[in-house]
Amino acid sequence: MQVDEATVRRIARLARIKVSDEEAKGLEKELSGILDWVKQLDEVDTSSVEPMTRVVDQKLKMRDDVVTDGDIADQITANAPMSEDHFFVVPKVVE
Amino acid sequence: MTDLTKLTMAEARDGLRKKSFTALELTDAFLAAIEKGNASLNAYVLPTPDHARAQAKESDKRIAENKARPLEGLPVGNKDLFCTQGIRTTACSKILDDFKPTYESTVGQNLWNAGAVMLGKLNNDEFAMGSSNETSAFGNVVSPWRRTGKDGKTSTDKLVPGGSSGGSSAAVAANLCLAATATDTGGSIRQPAALTGTVGMKPTYGRCSRWGIVAFASSLDQAGPIAKTVRDSAIMLKAMASHDPKDTTSVDAPIPDYEAVLGRGVKGLRVGIPKEYRVDGMSAEIQKLWDDGIAWLKSAGATIHEISLPHTKYALPAYYIVAPAECSSNLARYDGMRYGLRVNGDNLIDTYEKTRAAGFGKEVRRRILIGTYVLSAGYYDAYYLKAQKVRTLIKKDFDDAWNKVDVVLTPTTPSPAFAFGEKSGDPLAMYLEDIFTVTVNMAGLPGMSVPGGLSAQGTPLGLQLIGKPFDEETLFRTAQVIEDSAGRFPVPDAWWMKG
Repeated sequence: MQVDEATVRRIARLARIKVSDEEAKGLEKELSGILDWVKQLDEVDTSSVEPMTRVVDQKLKMRDDVVTDGDIADQITANAPMSEDHFFVVPKVVE
Repeated sequence: MTDLTKLTMAEARDGLRKKSFTALELTDAFLAAIEKGNASLNAYVLPTPDHARAQAKESDKRIAENKARPLEGLPVGNKDLFCTQGIRTTACSKILDDFKPTYESTVGQNLWNAGAVMLGKLNNDEFAMGSSNETSAFGNVVSPWRRTGKDGKTSTDKLVPGGSSGGSSAAVAANLCLAATATDTGGSIRQPAALTGTVGMKPTYGRCSRWGIVAFASSLDQAGPIAKTVRDSAIMLKAMASHDPKDTTSVDAPIPDYEAVLGRGVKGLRVGIPKEYRVDGMSAEIQKLWDDGIAWLKSAGATIHEISLPHTKYALPAYYIVAPAECSSNLARYDGMRYGLRVNGDNLIDTYEKTRAAGFGKEVRRRILIGTYVLSAGYYDAYYLKAQKVRTLIKKDFDDAWNKVDVVLTPTTPSPAFAFGEKSGDPLAMYLEDIFTVTVNMAGLPGMSVPGGLSAQGTPLGLQLIGKPFDEETLFRTAQVIEDSAGRFPVPDAWWMKG
């Protein structure tokens, strides 16, 4: 089994998702199963293959570096769980 | 008056043009059907009757003034992945809570600019992650289809409508809209269409703008329609597609009149049959469906060629690296600070962790964790880079095939619709639902599912057509030949309308 409980906890912390002890046990098995299954890609020789960066061959588009909107603070904070005077209210970040 | 909800989109368009009925009458017929039938099917998570009637009235005004637009007065459903200005959009996740976008998706705006009427927001798997619509925070969508036993009796077992666009497929099959928007990341338009006897079209990556669509895996996501007929899906795609400066991956290419090619037939068309799709354990009915499709195209003048797409078996495992990786990155934005749910914790990180644990469902959490793992320090090359290299090979398989054939024909799914719970216990069994569809997303190609027959249990089966980049026209005219040969497959009994 390649994913142990410590790894599940490390990954969950990186992903900022709280997992209970019971969930961590189930995830060990599920994640290991999925990762074992994707390991079949090792059968493919990709030593001289470039990784795909885009499916449709097209030149990266350029645009003028100009302001296209603004003065929409009402809209930006409209869905905030907590806001005050166009500021997002968040938990204390710096002690 | 005839039941207006049973009309195809093309028939409804004709009826409105001839003034056989008004846009408001048409919209009211669908709103009444939703009112009555949605409780059993759960296809809509938010019907929007007032909004629909206002749009329909505007359409009637324009029709009276001879200013009708291409989709004037035609009622459609909108998958809840598409942002709707001022109307709740959740991606069917708790984490978006009561989110009301302050803008409209480009695809949606294109439809409304063309005169279409929005009946409401349609259910889907949470963040479009699932193949059965069992992961939605609003509960399962029930397919309008039911199995028939060997004794000829209809079972009341609830079947899945496919996913992730299960609300779209169920609503179209059940006549709760003329057509619906949908999205497809690994098969989420084509698989639900196949399971409900509807037509699903996933265009080439870049054909439709992704702006304003809740992102799952950005290099794979693409919008398209689910509709009752091939013609209806051609009408819808023409309206949905556009070049959009707000999505740099949307392509600046002319959008053909897809309806104009429907009658062109397939004489001389070279149809590829990939031998790698003859997977072990393929059921006799899926094999027969495929053989029927081959025979129909052959008798319409196409030539049939066996081709090889050697990396087919690696598409699904590569997808389950690429899609979770991109999902873990895209879904990092749901942190409970700027919009959506917030669950307060002891400190900032605790708030993040509690919010995301409470807001995301099980399958979404699983995919974020897989994606975080494969992108974490020391694993990037072994997983993500490897998968993107395999993806190059999958695309090359198709590039080689296009030297020999113009279109590829396969079954859409390995099996007919299943009942709830039959596959949800095992993530890998569910992932295999997409085995025939996922290669198309990995290569960015257009793919279409069109009904081809019924299973032994009387439920629909779909045939998939895969085309060259931006050659949706060939898919539409080939699909039309299949539809003409196979016939249409309406649900035999509208049990959900009986209360």
